[in-house]
Amino acid sequence: MTEELLDITVEVNGRPRSARVPARRLLSDFLRHDIGLTGTHVGCEHGVCGCCTVLLDGKPARSCLMFAVMAQDHAVTTVEGLEGDDGELHPVQQAFHECHGLQCGFCTPGFVMSVCGLLAENPDPTEEEVLEGISGNLCRCTGYQNIRKSVHRAAEALRETGQSATGPGRAGG
Amino acid sequence: MTTKLFGERVERREDRRLLTGRGRYVDDLAHDAYEVAFVRSPHAHARITGIDVTDAIDVDGLVAIYTYEDLPERMQEPLPLLIPHPSLTAPRTQHVLAKDEVNHVGEAVVMVVARDRYVAEDVVDRIVVTYDPLPPVVGIETAAAAEHAVHDDVPDNVAASLTQEIGDLEAAMAAAPHRIELRLDIERSASTPLEGRGVVARWDDEDQSLRVHSSTQTPTSVRAAIATFLELPFAKVECIAPDVGGGFGVKIMHPWPEELLVPWAARTWGHPVKFVDDRREHFVAANHERGQVHWVEVGFDDDGRILALDVRFLHDHGAYIPYGLIVPIITSTQLLGPYKIENYRVEFQSLYTNTMTVTPYRGAGRPQGCFAMERTIDAIASELGRDRTEIRAANFIQPDEMPYDFGLTFQDGRPYLYDSGDFPATLDKLRSLIDWDGFEAVRQEAQAEGRLIGIGMAAYVEGTGVGPYEGGHVLVEPNGRVQVATGLSTQGQGHETAFAQIVSEELGVPIEDVTVVTGDTRRFQYAVGTFASRAAVMSGNAIALAARKVREKALSIAADALEVSPEDLDIVDGVVQVEGSPETSIPLKLVATLSNPLRYAFDEDAQKATQFAQPADPDEPPVREGEEPGLEGTDYYSPPRSTFANGMHAVIVEVDPETSDVEILRYAVVHDCGRIINPMILEGQIHGGVAQGVGGALYERMAYDENGQLQNASFMDFLMPYATEVPTIEVDHLETPSPLNPLGIKGAGEAGVIPGSAAIAAAIEDATGLKIRSMPISPSELHELRRADEETATP
Repeated sequence: MTEELLDITVEVNGRPRSARVPARRLLSDFLRHDIGLTGTHVGCEHGVCGCCTVLLDGKPARSCLMFAVMAQDHAVTTVEGLEGDDGELHPVQQAFHECHGLQCGFCTPGFVMSVCGLLAENPDPTEEEVLEGISGNLCRCTGYQNIRKSVHRAAEALRETGQSATGPGRAGG
Repeated sequence: MTTKLFGERVERREDRRLLTGRGRYVDDLAHDAYEVAFVRSPHAHARITGIDVTDAIDVDGLVAIYTYEDLPERMQEPLPLLIPHPSLTAPRTQHVLAKDEVNHVGEAVVMVVARDRYVAEDVVDRIVVTYDPLPPVVGIETAAAAEHAVHDDVPDNVAASLTQEIGDLEAAMAAAPHRIELRLDIERSASTPLEGRGVVARWDDEDQSLRVHSSTQTPTSVRAAIATFLELPFAKVECIAPDVGGGFGVKIMHPWPEELLVPWAARTWGHPVKFVDDRREHFVAANHERGQVHWVEVGFDDDGRILALDVRFLHDHGAYIPYGLIVPIITSTQLLGPYKIENYRVEFQSLYTNTMTVTPYRGAGRPQGCFAMERTIDAIASELGRDRTEIRAANFIQPDEMPYDFGLTFQDGRPYLYDSGDFPATLDKLRSLIDWDGFEAVRQEAQAEGRLIGIGMAAYVEGTGVGPYEGGHVLVEPNGRVQVATGLSTQGQGHETAFAQIVSEELGVPIEDVTVVTGDTRRFQYAVGTFASRAAVMSGNAIALAARKVREKALSIAADALEVSPEDLDIVDGVVQVEGSPETSIPLKLVATLSNPLRYAFDEDAQKATQFAQPADPDEPPVREGEEPGLEGTDYYSPPRSTFANGMHAVIVEVDPETSDVEILRYAVVHDCGRIINPMILEGQIHGGVAQGVGGALYERMAYDENGQLQNASFMDFLMPYATEVPTIEVDHLETPSPLNPLGIKGAGEAGVIPGSAAIAAAIEDATGLKIRSMPISPSELHELRRADEETATP
């Protein structure tokens, strides 16, 4: 009993990445195990916890609910794609750091990607809109209070610097 | 200059890697590893009658299939009883793979090793295990009734009975002017970290050694277990807790069957092997906690002072009891909270059921005890028609009565003795933070709008920093880097930052120069683990003591080099200098170079150091007696007993008159954990604890049916709070230093979760006028209570 393998190419963080995978390979497993981007985490594999959230063509998506083959010809952004070339944290990452919006860090990449998606769509969210925007991600450590604070801080920083919510961070940003 | 760092909101040093995707959790390691999946029991209680692998062996990518029979002799023995107790008369622990019988849904029966997890699961699906089902024992009272037994040789299902008593309960109860009896229930829940369990092992055949990474709260003990069961020298086993995606208690359990099986398979195949559980597996095969039923009788006087308290409770420990009686012993002592109760009897039975095993989850028996005590206090207030805070105040142990010895024995076998705390001050702060006295006006305003709101509070005392010890190692490298290690591990508590703050301050070095490593047996071999709110207390103090040793040694070497007295020296920003004349100085890194008599001139510093070298006494050895080369120090902190933190929570809720949905309008916390190392990290711990308390009060329960099937083993059905369910938490602190340890600190990790159910139940009771005696409470359960109440009111 052997499995058919398919050649796929997915644009990940701006670069084409190819692998030979079975049709049932989850996008999350492709990112983590086939191309070694382990920043995307897997917390439930049934689309509830949000740890595996990535941006698919700029919109937040659960990478555990998609097969890798479905991402063929699409652009995926993972948490690894946010840091600037000079190592500068993206404003969303920086805000989580300053506001202590993470503890164990396992849910963090998923939150960061969800928040990037949220702020791309709504650069100045109200408290209600922030809650709504992060209400698809579970965190067991922080009680969310500092995550909410982080989102507001990130929104402020993005507005001030005019940076892209979904692109890499840049120096002085 | 050296910045004052102890007590400051220092931003976390672990954040960058976690925020950029460079964290290293178990499943991020060893992509070349074989992966493991298990055939797990679908029955709560059954005999295994056959295992057929015929259809499985042709699957491409299969490496091996193992059952109990295939294991080496040592691995066939039951897993250890970690914490024996004289009252634990019928302890039963599991086998790494089931032997003949399964005792809960999810128990591992067959292990499959394969090329990857996809293939391993394919194989699992093709293995046929046949069972002869036995009657399942599910639910505390079913277990107590003992119509059926979980283990044949324990017919009453009772693993342990323990009674502790102080004073003269019966006489005091008989003499009490008022008496109330209550039954109080708390449901089962679980730690549920977002990263489940995982272990990866690599066998080095050339070196005949094993390197294991486990998502554990206790890598040193996991290492000891592996060395013992695999019959390897300890020196040939390394265990490392890498980044761990939350623990909350469940990962203090050790060894998990997988923590032995995976290293064994790695050695057998000479190839890395990995196990990472999936979410359903985590629900059914990682330990739970909390399920208890309590019967309380309390006798009190006209002022609400408690004269006698009699508590009996049943504790459901699930299928096995590897962790002994820790949880119920904590309930039976910590139940007393901040109250001076001189006539007390507590009796519990710890019962087997055919459900997942129970070991501590954050709070560890305290949320149940707090619920029992605080609901009792509220019942007294209601009986006497008095304010609930007044009854509490009337029963407090007063600050001038500290240290207060109850005459009971705590979980560590030591006296249950509160070292410090100012409960009246804590209550005052809470009343003002939530505006307790102003609430009546708020309620009336809401009532006028047809809204149901209520207020509740709960108080707790938490024994933290339980022994026996932790150690710390501090090393100043000749390049000026300060390397710090402690054996216990980290699951998000910010140890890399908090411990660096301590070293920076103790040693007088910039925090940027300090690197902290936790949970790696290559760096520190003796440790207990991260649980019981003990890491900051135990390792924090051990590291401080080790840093003080290094400081002393540095000053002595520098004094020789500078020809001054060590008492005149201080270390400021990494430079040892004469106090008052800082121009007479020597950098600490040069002192580190000087500390080693063998210094080949690898760099300029080493060359410079030679100018300080003292003329050698031809009769003295280069390393003088009692000295060691290198600027480093190891020390241990071992306290006589736990140090007790305390706090109080108040909550205001609104109950929807139509749907009975409960919304938390305000949540206030006053917390006293002694001296605070980093208020930002502390508040984060409190927030996270409160969120778990809210989950435990309103949403989370392990819903086993009568057949022992867990009905909600997914995040779709087990409702953990999202951001939309957790209120803004208002926090105020007291800092009553612990007299027990050099830094004056107390633990804080668990505190936030403890009073959640008690306070929220009190608030719902206050809003609805209904007796809330069982938690968690769902909108439908509350609705049912309200409906039943209306029916009785209007016959």
